[in-house]
Amino acid sequence: MRRYFARKLLVYALTFVVAVTVNWMIPRFMPGDPVAAMVSRARVSQPEAAEAMRAYYNNLFGFDQPVWQQYLHFWGALFQGDFGISVWVFPTPVSDVLLDALPYTLGLMIPAVLLSWIVGNWAGALAARRKVLDNTVLPAGYLLTAMPYMWIAVILAWALGSKAGWFPISGGYSLDIQPSWTLDFVLDLAHHWVLPFLSLFLVALGGWAIGMRNMIIYELESDYSSYLSALGAPQRLIRRYAFRNAVLPQVTGLALQLGVLVAGALVTEIVFAYPGLGSLILAAIQNQDFFLLQGAFLFIVIGVLIANFVIDVVYVLVDPRTRTGMAGGQS
Amino acid sequence: MSAPPGPAGTTPDAAGTPPEAVGTTPEATAPGPARETLHYAVRNPKLLIGFTVVLILLALGLFGPPLLDTTDPNAYGGPQAAPPDSTYWMGTTTFGQDVYAQFVHGLRATFLVGAVGGAIAAVVAMLVGFFAGYRGGVLDELLTMVTNVVLVIPALAVLLIINAYLGVRSVPVQGVFIGLTSWPWAARAIRAQTFTLRTREFVDLARLSGNGTWRIVFREIAPNMSSYLFMMFILLFGGSVLIASSLDFIGLGPTGGVSLGLMLQSAQQWSALQLGMWWWFVPPGAGITAIVGALYVANVGLDEVFNPKLRES
Repeated sequence: MRRYFARKLLVYALTFVVAVTVNWMIPRFMPGDPVAAMVSRARVSQPEAAEAMRAYYNNLFGFDQPVWQQYLHFWGALFQGDFGISVWVFPTPVSDVLLDALPYTLGLMIPAVLLSWIVGNWAGALAARRKVLDNTVLPAGYLLTAMPYMWIAVILAWALGSKAGWFPISGGYSLDIQPSWTLDFVLDLAHHWVLPFLSLFLVALGGWAIGMRNMIIYELESDYSSYLSALGAPQRLIRRYAFRNAVLPQVTGLALQLGVLVAGALVTEIVFAYPGLGSLILAAIQNQDFFLLQGAFLFIVIGVLIANFVIDVVYVLVDPRTRTGMAGGQS
Repeated sequence: MSAPPGPAGTTPDAAGTPPEAVGTTPEATAPGPARETLHYAVRNPKLLIGFTVVLILLALGLFGPPLLDTTDPNAYGGPQAAPPDSTYWMGTTTFGQDVYAQFVHGLRATFLVGAVGGAIAAVVAMLVGFFAGYRGGVLDELLTMVTNVVLVIPALAVLLIINAYLGVRSVPVQGVFIGLTSWPWAARAIRAQTFTLRTREFVDLARLSGNGTWRIVFREIAPNMSSYLFMMFILLFGGSVLIASSLDFIGLGPTGGVSLGLMLQSAQQWSALQLGMWWWFVPPGAGITAIVGALYVANVGLDEVFNPKLRES
């Protein structure tokens, strides 16, 4: 088990280093000069003023130091939680901008990920048991997984928001309410939360249901199942074993799917103008705010790494093989 | 993207699925059973329905645009914000653009990005998976490490950055970038499959006959996984289509062209939803869903054809 965690940690550490390095390289080696973009945005007409501004920004972002020093400085700043300064909402630090948006994204993501996983596995396991259910769950599942996140979001907003008028179709809360921990605000927040959550939940649900259904069918056809039934074991017991074995790959699948789910959350937020990371990224792109984009990228990577680590820990708890070190590789 | 949206278990991956469960028996490519495979293929409703839907949409994308009056799908020709009627089959946008013209042109972009992205991802996944699985040892450790690193970094975040900085704005280039970021899960699965094949007798025999790694991988191992590889390509194709639509929607799509994702983006941008212009945002999303969904369903059909255990008797 120690070997298993050592390998996992190595991968996470490497991923983090790669992500930070890529992040650092972007404004320096990619075409397009963020400083020039900012200077031109300020619409300074005199060349001297533009030059002074350029020098100021170069100094501010540390572009006047040697490259290796910039790289080390970047790491140093990162560990102090310093992601640089946003261009879009200058001069707010990127970390502040991101931290404001983060609760909304997490509040959307975590319930959607967990609930879709639980409900999807349950529905898939049921579908594997009954023919009638299978014929409804399977096509519905394929339809749902094939839907682009933003499309199902748009359709839901149109049907349940515009037409039926049950839920608001944009924003994280009503504009006439100030964010505070009052009952009114929380209810308003929940009201705005329903549609974005539902769109994320539904798309992910289909995938889990299909995955579980297929896994159970494979398990029920495997040798140990036939052996058990030859021994005269009750069907319920065989199913329980099949379920346990089928759930393991689904846990791994959860880790694999996280990156996809992040993408889903981002576009869903854009549809509903939900004040999370997705809307921020859109604003960063439209305003050429490279530092905010960079910061958001790192935030996402760190989030996915933490979530993956949690899933790895859970995996050890549910899979006895990792505990005894047999499946040390798990690669 | 780490895995195609959804089919976490559609193709069993390295995760712990019995690798044998996939229809990659050596018989699948032999001449006699090939006829048997065809026999089951033409009788599998999932495969037939899936491929029919894909072919119809492909035909619409290929032959639809030449049949239109205009060559420019973005032309401001018709009445503004008109619902579907006999002249404008899918209605018009707020600016009087023909939604049907955009739709058939958009289908082309969708198939192109799927083909390019899927093919590149499949090639990278095969190279990494085969060599990691066959050679083993340090090379395996190294390639597996790289695969895992790429797997954990969310592809959309990388693509956002690449697109925002490089300002890449054409469908093929978009496909290339998607392909280069979406291969890891497939590489893992291929590696696991290769693992199970490399100790088989016929591989040993080939090795004893003095064949090199390349020859063994591509003459002995790859043909025995051909059905599996084909299914993997289908999933990568569908995944590329979905990723491309997300990028287009965020506003990082090809400029000047049309794609289904861009149609959704402009519908969203110009408040088609608030204006109740459902004909603007329903067709593009339905097109993507139909293509990707049909591919997934066909994939299940293929699985049943290749894998005798799954056939419904």
